[in-house]
Formats: sequence, C-alpha cells, structure tokens
Amino acid sequence: MKSSIEVHNLTTAYGGAPVLWDIDFQLPTGQIIGIIGPNGSGKTTLLKTIMGLLDPASGFVKVFDQPLDKVREKVAYVPQRESVDWDFPASVYDVVMMGRYRKYNLFKRTKDPDREIVLQSIEKVGLSEFKDRQISRLSGGQQQRVFVARALAQGADLYLMDEPFVGVDAATENSILNLLSEMKNEGKTVVIIHHDLQTVSDYFDYLLLLNTRLIARGTPAEVLTKENLTNAYGGQLTLLSKVVNLIKQNEFPIREKDSDV
Amino acid sequence: MNSFIDFISFKDPNVIYVVLGMVFINSSSVLIGTFAYLRKRSLIGDAVAHSLLPGLCLGYILAGEKDITYLFLGAFVTGWLSTYLVDYIVNKTKVKQDAAIGIVLSGFFFFFVVLLTYIQKNAAGNQGGLDHFLFGQAAAINKQEVMLFAIVCIAILLSIMIFYRWLISVSFNMDFAASMGLPVKAIEFLITSLTVLAIATGIQALGVILTAALVITPAAAARFWTHNLRWMLVLAVSISVISGIGGAYVSYIKSGMPTGPWVVLFLSLITLMSFSFSTRKGILASYLKARKNKAKILHENILKAIYQHHEQLEAEGELDYSLMSSEILKIRLFDTTELLKGLRNLKRKGFIREDNKMFSLTAEGKKESRRIVRLHRLWEQYLLKRTTIDTDHVHAGAEVIEHILSPEIERELEIELGIEGIPKEDY
Ligand SMILES: Nc1ncnc2c1ncn2[C@@H]1O[C@H](COP(=O)(O)OP(=O)(O)OP(=O)(O)O)[C@@H](O)[C@H]1O
Ligand SMILES: [Mg+2]
Repeated sequence: MKSSIEVHNLTTAYGGAPVLWDIDFQLPTGQIIGIIGPNGSGKTTLLKTIMGLLDPASGFVKVFDQPLDKVREKVAYVPQRESVDWDFPASVYDVVMMGRYRKYNLFKRTKDPDREIVLQSIEKVGLSEFKDRQISRLSGGQQQRVFVARALAQGADLYLMDEPFVGVDAATENSILNLLSEMKNEGKTVVIIHHDLQTVSDYFDYLLLLNTRLIARGTPAEVLTKENLTNAYGGQLTLLSKVVNLIKQNEFPIREKDSDV
Repeated sequence: MNSFIDFISFKDPNVIYVVLGMVFINSSSVLIGTFAYLRKRSLIGDAVAHSLLPGLCLGYILAGEKDITYLFLGAFVTGWLSTYLVDYIVNKTKVKQDAAIGIVLSGFFFFFVVLLTYIQKNAAGNQGGLDHFLFGQAAAINKQEVMLFAIVCIAILLSIMIFYRWLISVSFNMDFAASMGLPVKAIEFLITSLTVLAIATGIQALGVILTAALVITPAAAARFWTHNLRWMLVLAVSISVISGIGGAYVSYIKSGMPTGPWVVLFLSLITLMSFSFSTRKGILASYLKARKNKAKILHENILKAIYQHHEQLEAEGELDYSLMSSEILKIRLFDTTELLKGLRNLKRKGFIREDNKMFSLTAEGKKESRRIVRLHRLWEQYLLKRTTIDTDHVHAGAEVIEHILSPEIERELEIELGIEGIPKEDY
C-alpha cells in the first residue's frame, strides 16, 4: 500500500532542546489516524513540521511519496483553534473561502464552482444558517467547524487536524466524526491530534503515540498497552524530559544537521 | 463662515496642496495600517517612524543637501531595516514583540540624534529643516510633493487590490496561508515595504509621532463600526481623511496653528466617539441594551402579575378584570415608580388600557401575558423534568429565562414536554 506520510529520522527543535527526536514512521492511506501524547509532547510540532511550517533540524518528510511542495494541493491543514484571533473582521463564508486561495489563482475571479464548493463545505459541517455571521460571534465549537469547513473547501486527499474536538460538544463531535468516516469511504486520509484516551480506540484505525520520541505506532490494540502508555504519560517520561532539559541547559546540539539523511 | 467658504473653494492655491496632501498621505498610511492592525502589529508604526529619522540624516549626508530622493531612499532603508530587526529579535530570542519594538525604536532614535548632531556641527549650508521631520510641516506641502504622495497612495491602493486575498489569508492565519503554499514571506515583505513607504511619505508633512498615529488609530476606530473588512477599509480611510482636512482647515483659519497635531486631535476625537457610541462594542450601545432589557423584563413581569391576579380569581380564561396598581403590588413586589412607569409604557404600546386608575388588558395584552406565563411555566416544567433542581428553586430559575426564550426554543420545549396551553403551577 502507498503511504500517505513518510517521516524519516525527523528531529525538530525550537532553539536548543529537541521537541521531536528521531521520529520515523510511515502512515497508511484511506484511514483515520490518531496522534496522541501528553501536553507538550510535540504533536503540534509534528504536524507543523510535516506541513513545512517549521524547518526540521534533520530528517525529511514525504507526502504521497513526494516532497510536500509537489503535492500541496492534496493536503489540507486544520490548525489549533486558539492559534488565530477570532475577532478578525470576516464572516464564516469569507474564512471558508480562504480554503480556495491558491498561489496560481490570485488574479482569477472567484468562480461559481468555488462558491459552490465553499457553500457545500459550510453545509457539511452544519453551519449554513451562520454563513454570513461574523466569526467572533460563533461558539467555540462552531469556530472549530469553520476550520474544518475551510479544510474541506480545499478538496484535499490528506487532512491534518490539530485537536478538532477541543471545546466541541458531543453532538458536534459525532457529526464531525460522521463526516470523517464519509471522507474515509471516499478514500481520503485523515490525521488527527487527539486528547481523549477514552475514545481513541473507537475513533481511529491507526495510532501514533508520541512523547518527544515516537513511543509506539500501529492499530489501537497494539499501541494502547499499559507499557506504552506509561512510557508516554508517566514513569519513563521524567527521564526523557530530564535529558531534554540537560540539552537545553547546556545548549548541546542535538545532532549535526543532515548528518544521517 | 467666510473663511470656511474660502477654504472649501480653495481660494488660496496652497490650500489645495495641503488638502490633497492630507488626502493622499492619510489614505496611504491607513490602507496599509489596517493590515498592520489586523496582524496585531499596532506598535510597528512607531518603530518605523522613528527608524526613518537616521535614514533621512544619512540621505542628507550622502547628498550634501536636502535632496528628496536621497532623503526618501535613506529613510526607506532604515525604516525597513527596523521592521526586519523587530521580527528577527522576536523570532530568535525570547523577547516579546512590544519589547523588541522598544529596543529597536530607541536604538534608531539614538542613532538619529548622533547623526543630527554631526550634521549640525559639520555640514555646511542649509541643514535647517531636518528637524521638521520630528514635528512635520504640513502647511509647506508643494505641488511636487503632492504628486509624490499621490503616486505612493495609488501604488499602495493597487497593491492591496491585487493582493487582497493573500493579504487577508496571511493576516488572519499565517500558518494556514503557508500550508496552502502561498508565498508568505513575500507577502510579509510587501506589507513591510508598503508600511515603510507610507510612513516615509507622511513623515515630512506630519512628523514622526503623528504619522505613527495615522497608521493604526483609524483602523482601530473603524473596527468598532463594522465586521466587514472592505467596509472597515473604506471607513478607516474616511475617518483619517476627514481628520486630515479638519486639521488643514484649523491651521488655515488660525495661521500659525500647526496642521499635524490638529489632525491627530480630530482623529482621537473620532476614535473616542467610536469607542463610546458604536453599535458593536461601544459603551453607549451596551448601556442602551441593558436599559432595554430591563424595561422588557419589567413590562413582562407586570403582564404576568396581571395574569396571576386573574388566576387567583379563577378568571384566567377571559382576563377581563380591571385592577388598581396597588393590587398588582400585592401579587408582586415592584418598585412603585418603576411599576407606574411600566404601566405607562404598556399603555402607550397598547397592551393595557387605563380607566379611572383601573388597569385592564387589551386583546394584545392578553395575548402577551399568556405568552409570558406560558414560557415561564414551560421552562419550570423543563427544569423539573430534565435537571435535578429543588421545587422551591424552580421558580427563581425560570424567572430570568422566560424573558429571553425565543419562539424556536418555545416550540422545542413544547415538543419535548408534550404540553399545550398554559400549564398550572402544579409542582
Ligand atoms: N514557538 C515555540 N518556541 C519554543 N518552544 C516551543 C514553541 N512551540 C512549542 N514549544 C515547545 O515545544 C514542546 C512541544 O510543543 P507542542 O505544541 O508541539 O506540543 P503538543 O503535543 O501539541 O502539546 P498540546 O497537547 O499542549 O497541544 C513544548 O514543550 C513547548 O513548550
Ligand atoms: Mg498542540
């Protein structure tokens, strides 16, 4: 099977300390994939590095077996909701339309198909009656759905979502989930950062368990063992973070750039 | 009055230049400033404006005289450098943006003072006028400069129109824009360059501090009035241009009055007004809203009391009795003046009529009072059924809510509870 994302020997750092450390994995296509791990374990950093928003200290990422730039149009990114100021003067429609602004269509006028797609995306997340509403006047869950709609408007094959279920009520979580399995049936791949360990085995076909290092990957049954979870969430964690702190204090280089690519 | 007519008819040709100058300078800085505002770079105007000064001096030293091209180029280079430095400091260190702006701003200003001292000591001839950049000299705008201002303004306007989509995408959510493959770095470069350009043109006429005010303030004021970015841009430009012309007018009728400070004074007044009176977040709007809600609650409570009065007499079917205000007070303890005021308003609205100090419900009033009581009771029933609440708390819980329940929610309650008509208080 073709891989949706391939990450090879990836290390990412902000300044000194590594936040991701020698990460290696391949993800399948056509599945709903979860990334789990404690706070500050580098989940957001991983997505950002995959999306090319952060430069890795070493290693590389391939998407659909190609460098990201070649397949950008097939990848949609849903950032964490708190990463933007929702008081921005724009309506739901305006924000979802941003999912259609590509490098090559700056000078083209917005066409009917674009409008269609945007309206459909808004409908899919159940926000049609709010489409002209200013985004600051939405609830947190509705704002989250705006972000999902904007990604849908991109018409991608691979979706990377940073905690789409945060601040969302059970009903909305379900409707987003239905949407995701619909997308899966269309052969799309969805990667989701998730926090609620209770629901992971229901939601995901495949899991990455992260804590600076990749602790485990595979089906939920393979990943959610007691040992793995202690490795990620407790016990061993302290040791790992001690090492990381040491590196930070001594401004020790994590590794020389590209030494082993 | 005559002077006003003289002013608007441009009797003095100089007035045309000053007014046009204000129109172009203010539009330029506002148009690009709005994006700085949206990107939370509110202090960048100050950083750039101060950092232009050493550039002006360098331009003067290189040219050996006040050559506008050299001055402009020098200013552009140091102005641009300052924003680059701010971003560099923020990205590479733990220093926050406001602190970084402070560091860069004072650094460049120090550099300016050194250069200015050097010029005053060494440069021969006419160095006078450089200090005008501190406070500006709008009255001296000439034809050539107006042309330059116009070109800059048009360039900025065109850039914004052409790159509008990218600009909003980057301003709202830079990571997302980058993930779409938009040339984020280039767009940031464009925004920075246009900001420096706008401020560099304004500084000669309005001075450092005032130009900085023109970048952000109008956008902040306009934001109070609209949720739509296009309208916000139009409004911000209007606010700024009106202030500009106002300043030009004051300095026209009172010769010797500087234009710049008056421009900023007008601008501040408009901003203050926006802050107080706008419908969005304004102080006045929230005050009016609170007052309206209070009146609504009072009216509804009076109607409800009248209904309850009938209920006690088992006449809620007709609701035909007349009662005195004192009888209403027996049902519910209103503040007497409030009650009388409420009754007056309800009469004016046609919900009740008054006959010799006796009040009775009109047809409209009957309908409305039934609606209120019904909402109150539906909500009580709902709380009882769906939540754990003590029966003696139920009434208080419904007391506020009944005033805000919408017809849609009323329908839902009806369906959920399977209740028609007005339930009795039977818990
Ligand atoms: N811009 C930044 N500069 C410096 N350190 C950062 C930055 N962003 C994140 N970090 C650090 O990197 C580590 C990983 O952060 P990241 O946001 O990737 O974690 P996460 O797994 O997404 O956490 P959460 O569950 O809280 O969202 C954290 O320790 C954090 O403090
Ligand atoms: Mg995160």
